[in-house]
Amino acid sequence: MIHSDLVVIGGGPAGMAAAIEAKKNGLNDIIILERDHELGGILQQCIHNGFGLHIFGEELTGPEYAGRFIKEVEDLGIAYRLDTMVLDISSDRVVTAVNHDDGLMKIKAGAVVLAMGCRERTRGALNIPGSRPAGIYTAGSAQRLVNMEGFMPGKEVVILGSGDIGLIMARRLTLEGVKVKMVCELLPYSGGLTRNIVQCLEDFGIPLKLSHTITQVHGKERVVGVTVSEVDDNRRPIPGTDEYVPCDTLLLSVGLIPENELSKSSGIKLDRVTGGPVVNEGMETSTDGVFACGNAVQVHDLVDYVTQESRVAGKSAAQYVLGGDEADTECINTVPGDGVRYVVPQKIRRGRGAKLFFRVTNVYPNVTVVIKHGDKVVYSAKKLKVAPGEMESVELGADKLAGEGGQLNVSLDFGSAKK
Amino acid sequence: MKYDVTVIGAGVVGSLIARALSRYELKLCLVDKDSDVSMGASKANSGIVHAGYATKPGSLKALLNVRGNEMMDKVASELGVPFKRIGSLVVGFGDEDLPALEKLLHDGEANGVPGLKILDRAGISEKEPKLSEKVTCALYAPTAGIICPYELTIAAAENAAANGADVRLGSPVTSIKRTGDGFTVTAGKNTFETKYIINAAGVYSDAISAMAGDTSLDVFPRKGEYMLLDKSQGTAVNHVIFQTPTKYGKGILVTPTVDGNLLVGPTATDEKDKDDVSTTAEGLSVVATKALKSVPGLNLREVINSFAGLRSVPRNGDFTVECSKTVAGLINVAGIESPGLSASPAIAEYTVGLLKKAGAALTPKKDYDPIRKPIPRFAEMTDEEKAAKIKENPLYGRIICRCETVTEGEIVDAIHRPVGARDLDAIKRRTRQGMGRCQGGFCIPRVMSILSRELGLSEEEITKCGGDSKMLVGTTKQAD
Repeated sequence: MIHSDLVVIGGGPAGMAAAIEAKKNGLNDIIILERDHELGGILQQCIHNGFGLHIFGEELTGPEYAGRFIKEVEDLGIAYRLDTMVLDISSDRVVTAVNHDDGLMKIKAGAVVLAMGCRERTRGALNIPGSRPAGIYTAGSAQRLVNMEGFMPGKEVVILGSGDIGLIMARRLTLEGVKVKMVCELLPYSGGLTRNIVQCLEDFGIPLKLSHTITQVHGKERVVGVTVSEVDDNRRPIPGTDEYVPCDTLLLSVGLIPENELSKSSGIKLDRVTGGPVVNEGMETSTDGVFACGNAVQVHDLVDYVTQESRVAGKSAAQYVLGGDEADTECINTVPGDGVRYVVPQKIRRGRGAKLFFRVTNVYPNVTVVIKHGDKVVYSAKKLKVAPGEMESVELGADKLAGEGGQLNVSLDFGSAKK
Repeated sequence: MKYDVTVIGAGVVGSLIARALSRYELKLCLVDKDSDVSMGASKANSGIVHAGYATKPGSLKALLNVRGNEMMDKVASELGVPFKRIGSLVVGFGDEDLPALEKLLHDGEANGVPGLKILDRAGISEKEPKLSEKVTCALYAPTAGIICPYELTIAAAENAAANGADVRLGSPVTSIKRTGDGFTVTAGKNTFETKYIINAAGVYSDAISAMAGDTSLDVFPRKGEYMLLDKSQGTAVNHVIFQTPTKYGKGILVTPTVDGNLLVGPTATDEKDKDDVSTTAEGLSVVATKALKSVPGLNLREVINSFAGLRSVPRNGDFTVECSKTVAGLINVAGIESPGLSASPAIAEYTVGLLKKAGAALTPKKDYDPIRKPIPRFAEMTDEEKAAKIKENPLYGRIICRCETVTEGEIVDAIHRPVGARDLDAIKRRTRQGMGRCQGGFCIPRVMSILSRELGLSEEEITKCGGDSKMLVGTTKQAD
């Protein structure tokens, strides 16, 4: 068995930032295990720009953003293995992984950082009726085919779901000469960033059909069309609103799910709403010495936030291994209140500050974000508009959390406005 | 080319017939219109090996179901296909269902089904704690089991091929002409002669029989829609749970699959189109409602896939397995609806008998090997076995499908073994790649490149399921 101070699972932006931060905080013996043939994760297929405004103060493409971290990993001499898949993490942090060259490896880790990213929801999960022909892709698979392998998935495309990858792909495919007929969104609002709706749809005249879904897929061998229907307030198709739209491809951009097969099989407690591990403010999971960060914890809108969160995880992991971090102190639980879907981290150790990330349940104009520790309001800020597609964050210093309360409640105050 | 016997239709029945015949000194051909075996009803059914109480005493269905059930352990073990005899319950909702259950019990006993028993509520709760409280009585059949129908079909076809049968896929039979003491068959680009034809063409068996000159078969397609749920729901029930039957069939069943998922379905709607396996909103909603009637706690949001299959339903209500009364040398194996999968090994045995009666010389082959070794499944190995396997073949060290832990080694094996995979769905059926929660979202581009490398095709030629089901339409814009 090999020993390592820190095993980082996943070599995307989260894993690299965590490894780099752990190295800077005194850990030397670190290994990153990455399942793809290069570091960088999904950023490598995101060739559009818009990455790095918060971290680097400039707009980079995905590969450029990844490139800066890959260089730092190399410069710091952090070890990594590519084409390597982790099969298991035991409760005493023995990581089992396989690849071509090393065969089956067992690594006893001082600490583990889970940075597996997320995966896309599929058609099966939506249970769309119809046939099962070729030509149905998740937006991310299509993005990989187009941007990394140079292949075109189709010529006439309908996109279901207005998640950011779907929006980005609408523009990307249009630039490749594809006719993107429409983007259908089940909800009355888009889950994507406003800037993507403007720059990827509106600028190209691609219709965004809100409160619409696909109710049937047509075609025996290859997709020949889809039926699009309007839905009511309960998201059920309204009879008589069916429209047949000919197309050869259906792209799905219907949500991302934190990738936690490993976390589940090793008994780490997951948050039912985020789908990621329950973590404290240092990004430690319910298993001692196992940390998590990035999209494996919660699906972020911006990679910059992934980097910030992962730095916290890397630093905590280093402190844990070097013994500078106390175990099992009492925690304050964060609780999503009115209008808030979830809050990460779910726990804050007493005496610590924390950066809170949260998402709201619906689009609301003119609300006040109110954070209460026990009965005491520790934060309050007016917002012109909040939306589920835009993650909110609030930094709270340790001084703000010095009170006695056991709960930290994050909610929206609608004032006199209607919910 | 001149064959002794040509089997038309490589479903579970045709493939097991080909395998049963491959033990004799015969020049054999198994031909199918699709790009893989098992593409009709054999790909999309309940995967149940029925005990045999739901068939009419004295019918061919009853005889072959009970015999097929008996044979299944040996066949599955020789072919390396997982078969689990988990038993079944036909559940009744109130005393008004009891007479129907008692009829099934009597029919089953008349058919020779062992171990049947009517359970009261206490007996039911002991076996199935999660069933609806409204279930008051049930017929228990310990000999019912579950098997993956396409895995059985693939294994049978591979074993037939390994024992010398020619398997010609992607070859629709378009003409059958009487010549001399046999037939001349045109199938796709091939024309060949054959002394005997065994027609196991499922929903198209009537057309094939007519092509050979016998228009007596009368079958029609009946659609059944299913939903497959995530492994998180795989332990909702321990047995195959049927509902008390109606005139349309066995009702909606809830069953674990051999791979640990949960399957619910099927509906039963009579169709005209022999190829339309699309699901419908109404059908899936019926499946959901009725499944919840048996097991109210099912989490149907955990659905990972839905699909439909077309059963070949005989208008006369029974299997047809007989020498054609009007065309010498033609054996029809038709109308094989449920319990066709259960009966399939017995149908094969029975068909061999018919061929013998028809005068075919059946000389046992000296080197016949009934054993087919499955693709070694990395996910099921111990750590030591995994380490050894990667040392032997480093391709087993590259995981392609993370949800089901399928390696490149298994995918390459699926391509190169007899009756090898030629498209994405064929890989999926042989290795489970893409069958997990992400349904191939991550691995499809990787599998496409492995297929293209191993088959020497460009990626643009790779299909999902043969024919025109191409995955790509070209390359991105190129700089001059």
